[in-house]
Amino acid sequence: MLLHMRYFASLRETLGMEAETIELPAHIEDLKELREFLAARGPVWADAFAADKALRAAINQELVKASAPLQDQAEVAFFPPVTGG
Amino acid sequence: MAVAAIRVLVQQEDFKLDDLMARLREAKPQIGAIACFVGTVRDVNDGDSVSSMFLEHYPGMTEHSLELIAQQAVSRWKLEAVSIVHRVGLLRPLDQIVAVLTASAHRQDAFESCQFVMDFLKTEAPFWKKEQVAEQSRWVQARASDEEARKRWL
Repeated sequence: MLLHMRYFASLRETLGMEAETIELPAHIEDLKELREFLAARGPVWADAFAADKALRAAINQELVKASAPLQDQAEVAFFPPVTGG
Repeated sequence: MAVAAIRVLVQQEDFKLDDLMARLREAKPQIGAIACFVGTVRDVNDGDSVSSMFLEHYPGMTEHSLELIAQQAVSRWKLEAVSIVHRVGLLRPLDQIVAVLTASAHRQDAFESCQFVMDFLKTEAPFWKKEQVAEQSRWVQARASDEEARKRWL
């Protein structure tokens, strides 16, 4: 499965990256598994995606729950809790 | 009943409340009440003096999210029109950040829906503030009180 990733705000700064396209191993099917996959990329990623870090996620630009299913070619975004208004 | 007019703007430029109000009311004599909220940049946050802030957002999702929130308000209250304007980019104390206008035949629908839109905007619309304090910049942290404010509508 191919995903178009987006990262915003403090998460974007921590990772030093705002967007990337990733090819996922076949066993990863939902957002929780994706988060674990990203956390395994190295110390910076492990810290940024640690299970206790408050992160929100969107799939194809809609807010989703932490265990939402993934679809091929989806735009998946991770970001900290929002602070607009 | 006519469909409520929803207008969403995400922009760097400042806005004039008079213009937003005029556009909202245009050719709608059935409107008898307009509630309006304007959020502005404070010069102090968490006890520190703030010289400026930068508002980041998620282009595309931001507009979509604000439209969804406005639609939810329209399905919950009797509304004739909803306008949401939110600025992005560099802002300074005294600057306007956001305006929400809700128009209805009677005041209660306008008042309540205006609060509803702001409570959901604060917790769901993808905006992030980074403020400049002295020589440092820091990301503004989400407040638990905003989440509590949203929950009262559920």
